[in-house]
Amino acid sequence: MGHAYTPGLKVSAAAEFTRSRILPIPGDVLVSLGDETTPDTVVARALLPGNVTTQNIARQLGIAPADLDDMLVVKEGDDVTTGEVIAKSKGIFGMFKQEVTSPATGIFESYSRVSGQAIFREPPIPVEVKAYVAGKVTEVMPELGVDVTATGTMVQGIFGIGPETGGPIVVATEDVAVELTPEMIHPQHKGAIVVGGARAPLATLRHAVEVGVAAIVTGGIDAADLKELLGFDLGVAITGNEDVGLTLVVTEGFGSLAMSQKTFTLLSRAAGQVASVSGATQIRAGVMRPEVLIPGDIAAIEETAVDSGLMDIGSSVRIIRDPHFGSLASVIELPPEPAALDTEAAVRILTVTLPSGERVTLPRANVELVDEAL
Amino acid sequence: MTDAPIRSILATDCGSTTSKAILIELTDEGYRLAVRGEAPTTVEKPFDDVTVGVVNAVTEVAELAGRKLIGDDGLIITPQQGDEGVDLYLSTSSAGGGLQMLVAGVVRNMTAESAERAALGAGAIVMDVLASNDKRQPHEQISRIRHLRPDMILLSGGVDGGTTSHVAELAELVGAADPKPRLGSNYRLPVVYAGNVQAREAVRDALDDKTALSVVDNLRPTLDEENLDPARDQIHDLFMEHVMAQAPGYDKLKSWTSAPVMPTPGAVGAIIQTIASQRGISVLGVDIGGATTDVFSVFQGKFNRTVSANLGMSYSVSNVLATTGLENVLRWVPFDIDESELRNRIKNKMVRPTTIPSLLRDLQVEQAIAREALRLSLIQHKEFATELKGMRQARDISEAFTQSGSGSTLVDMMSLDLLVGSGGVLSHAPRRVQAALMLIDAFEPEGVTTLAVDSIFMMPQLGVLASIHEEAATQVFERDCLVMLGACIAPVARGKVKAGRSLARVELKLADGAQTFEIEPGSLQRITAALDTKVSARITPAKNVDVGAGPGQARTVELDGGEVGILLDGRGRPIDMPTDSAARIAAIETWSKNLTLYPTR
Repeated sequence: MGHAYTPGLKVSAAAEFTRSRILPIPGDVLVSLGDETTPDTVVARALLPGNVTTQNIARQLGIAPADLDDMLVVKEGDDVTTGEVIAKSKGIFGMFKQEVTSPATGIFESYSRVSGQAIFREPPIPVEVKAYVAGKVTEVMPELGVDVTATGTMVQGIFGIGPETGGPIVVATEDVAVELTPEMIHPQHKGAIVVGGARAPLATLRHAVEVGVAAIVTGGIDAADLKELLGFDLGVAITGNEDVGLTLVVTEGFGSLAMSQKTFTLLSRAAGQVASVSGATQIRAGVMRPEVLIPGDIAAIEETAVDSGLMDIGSSVRIIRDPHFGSLASVIELPPEPAALDTEAAVRILTVTLPSGERVTLPRANVELVDEAL
Repeated sequence: MTDAPIRSILATDCGSTTSKAILIELTDEGYRLAVRGEAPTTVEKPFDDVTVGVVNAVTEVAELAGRKLIGDDGLIITPQQGDEGVDLYLSTSSAGGGLQMLVAGVVRNMTAESAERAALGAGAIVMDVLASNDKRQPHEQISRIRHLRPDMILLSGGVDGGTTSHVAELAELVGAADPKPRLGSNYRLPVVYAGNVQAREAVRDALDDKTALSVVDNLRPTLDEENLDPARDQIHDLFMEHVMAQAPGYDKLKSWTSAPVMPTPGAVGAIIQTIASQRGISVLGVDIGGATTDVFSVFQGKFNRTVSANLGMSYSVSNVLATTGLENVLRWVPFDIDESELRNRIKNKMVRPTTIPSLLRDLQVEQAIAREALRLSLIQHKEFATELKGMRQARDISEAFTQSGSGSTLVDMMSLDLLVGSGGVLSHAPRRVQAALMLIDAFEPEGVTTLAVDSIFMMPQLGVLASIHEEAATQVFERDCLVMLGACIAPVARGKVKAGRSLARVELKLADGAQTFEIEPGSLQRITAALDTKVSARITPAKNVDVGAGPGQARTVELDGGEVGILLDGRGRPIDMPTDSAARIAAIETWSKNLTLYPTR
C-alpha cells in the first residue's frame, strides 16, 4: 500500500459548506427552499413541551388512589393556575375536609389511579433555530429544519469552546508565530472575531472577554490556561455549551504553536468580512471540529488533498506530535512494512524532510495531510 | 445450521474508530486463527455506511489469506464454496457510540442496581440510574430523562408481589417525559419492563401509547435472587431491531451476518463467562480503550461488568488526569517532567487521539496514565461488583465481625486466578513485561495470579462466536487469543512483619533445576519460565504474611510460564512507593532494570 488514509482538518479558500439547522423536536419550518439567509434568520421554531411537575394527590388527601375520581374538581386536560384547588376530600360529616392545590400554572395533564400521582405541565417553551451562516436554504426537512449552504472560506480548528457566534474578522498579529497579547486587543474589537498567531495566554483571553470580543482564533492555548478559563479541568473534548464570555477556536493544539500559514493567510485575506464561528468540538464518534466560516464569492470549489485523504510521496504533512510537533514536512518515503520506533513499537512509518532539510522518520499516525498551497 | 462441521468463520468487530476482522479456520489442530485485518470504521461522513469499513477490513483478510471472501456483488460469500467464502459470518459493534441506556428501579441499591447490572452485562453504557429514592424530585427526574435521549430504557422495580405504586410512579415519570430516542426521530423509544409482575398492567397503561414497550420476567423476583438473563436477551434483541437499525449501514450488515450483531462489550462478557465456567476459575478482564475502560469479572461464579465511561487513553485521556490528579500520574513516571508540558501533552493526545508515542519518554508517560486509568476503573468495579444488597443472609460469627456478606464486594484479589488485559496500551506494549507491570501496578493482584493479554483484541469476535459455536470460540481463545504473560507472586502482610526479613521464600522447579528465591520487601524480580510450561512452586511466607493460604501458611502451586515469566513482587499491597521524588525515580529505575522493562540507550 503506497498511501495512507489520514483525515485532516479542512482549511480552504473555496469551500462549499452545508449546515443542518434542526429543531430538537418537530415544529414549524419558517423558510422555503432557495431562500437567502443571514446568520440571524430564524429558520425554524418549535414549542418544547413545558416542564412537568408532579404531586401525589391521593397521598395528600389520605385516600386510596382508586378513590380519587370523586374528589377531583378539575378534569384531565384542564388549565390550572398555581394555588387553584384541584381536589377536595369529603371529610367526615362535612368536617375535616382537605384540599389539594395545583403546584403549577399550566395543564392538569393526567393522574394515576394506581399511584395517585398527578402530572402538571407548564406552558410550552418556544425554541428558535437560526441560520447561523449567510447562505441559501438548500433542503427543507418538513417540521424538523433546513440545510443552509454557502460557499466561501472555511477554516476548521482542532479544538474550541463556546457557542455559535459571528462578527467581522480582525487580524491582531502580524505573523503566525507571534503570541496574542492583551495589548493587541482594543475596545473597537467588541463583537469581532480576533485572529492571533501562536498562542492566546489567559490574560489575553480575560481581556478579550472584558472588551466583548465575540471570538478568538489562535494557534495554541496552554492546558493550564484553559483550566483557569473554564473553571474546571476539561476531561473529554465535547464542547460548545461553555459560557466563558467568548468563543475560542484553537487551530493547532495545546502549547505555543504557530498557526498554520495557510490558515493565517486565509483569515488575513478575509479581514473585515463577517464570519460565522462555532467552538463546538466533539472528538468522538460523530466528530465535530470548531470552525470559522466566511461566506463569499468563489470561482470554483477546491478539492484539497485533505478531502481525498490519500497520502503519497511528495504530500505535504504537518507533524502532530512530539518530536517536531507543528512542523510542516514533505513525504519522501512510505515503506509498506512496519518498522521499530525508539519505543521499540513496530508500526507503519514514513520518512519526511523538514524545511531545514533534516530527514526524520515518524509513525504515520503522527502526521496529518495539509494542503499549504493557496 | 446443518450438521456438517463449520469449516471457516469470519468475524468482525466495528469499533468506534477501527473495524477489525478475523478469519478462523478448522485445521488438524481444531479451530485456529488464520489471519486478521483492520480498517477505519466508516459510520461517518463521507461514507455514512459501516459496511464500507467492514468490507475494507475483510478485503485485507482476504488478501492476507489468499482467499476470496467478497463476491462480485460486494457481499461476503457464505457458505464456503470450495476455497472461496466462509461458512459463518458474525459481527459485533460499538460504533456510533455503542448502546446508551437509562435504567430505573425503585430502590437505588436493590432493584435499580440489579437493572444497572443487567444493562451493563448486555453491553450498554448506562447514562443514568433513576430510583424512587435517589433524592431527586420527580420533575428533576423527568427533565433528566428528556435531556438524556437514550437509545433504550430498562425499567425495573419491586420484587414479585411487592410494591406496585412505586413502579407505576416510575413508569408515569417516564411517560410524562415522553422520551425521544437519540438516533432518528421516526421511531418510538424501546422500553424494557423487567419488574414486579403485578405492576405490568400499570406500566402498560403509562407507557404503551408513548413507547415501544416490551415486558420480560422480573430481574429481581425476590430479594435474594437476580434473574438478569431475560432482560439482557431482550436488550440485545432490541439493540438489533431498533438501535442498530438507525445507524448508517447497519441494516445491510444485519442482513449479512449468520447471527445477530452483538454490542461489543456484551460479546466480551460472554467469552469471559464461558472461560470462567469451563475452567472453574475466577477471572478479571479489562479492556482499556480510547474513550472508556471496561472491567469484567467472574468471582464466585458471578459475572459483573462495569464501564468507566470517561477513563481511556485517547478521547478521555485528559479526564484520567482530571480525575486522578497530576501527582498520581507522575508517581509512575521515571523522570522529572515539567507540569505544564505534561498537561499540554495530554490535552494534545485528547484532540489528536490517533497519534502514538514515538519517543521512549512519551511511551513512559502514556503507560503511567494507563496505570491510573486502570486503577480507577478497578475501584469503580469493586464498588459495583457486590453481593446483592438487601439480601437475607445467614451469617457465621466471623462474617458478623468483618461485616462481610450483603453488599460487600465480590472482587477478592487474593482469590483471583486469571487477570486478562486488552486494549492498545496493553496489547501493543512494545515489551510484554510492560503490559504485565501495568496490570500489576494498577490492579495489585495478591498471592498467586496468572497474567495474560488479549494479543489483538479478539475477545469481542470470540464472544459472539461463543453464542453459536462455543467449541470454536474456546479453542481459538486458548490457542490464539490469549498471550500468556506468566504469573505474579505478591505476598501481602496481614500484620506486623519483622523489619529486614524476607516476605516469602519461593522454591521453583525450573527447566534448568530447582532454585530458591527470597521476596524482599520493596523488591521486584523476574524469573524466566517459558511459554507453555508449568512450574511447580512452593511458597513459604513469613509470619503474618499471606500468599493465599492464610497468614504464615505455605502453599504449593503450579505456575503458568509465559512471555514474561514469573514476577516476584515484594512491594506490598497497596504498593509502597517512595514519596521523595529522587528515591521514587531510583526505585522505578531498579525495578525497570530487574525486569528489563525498557530499552537502555
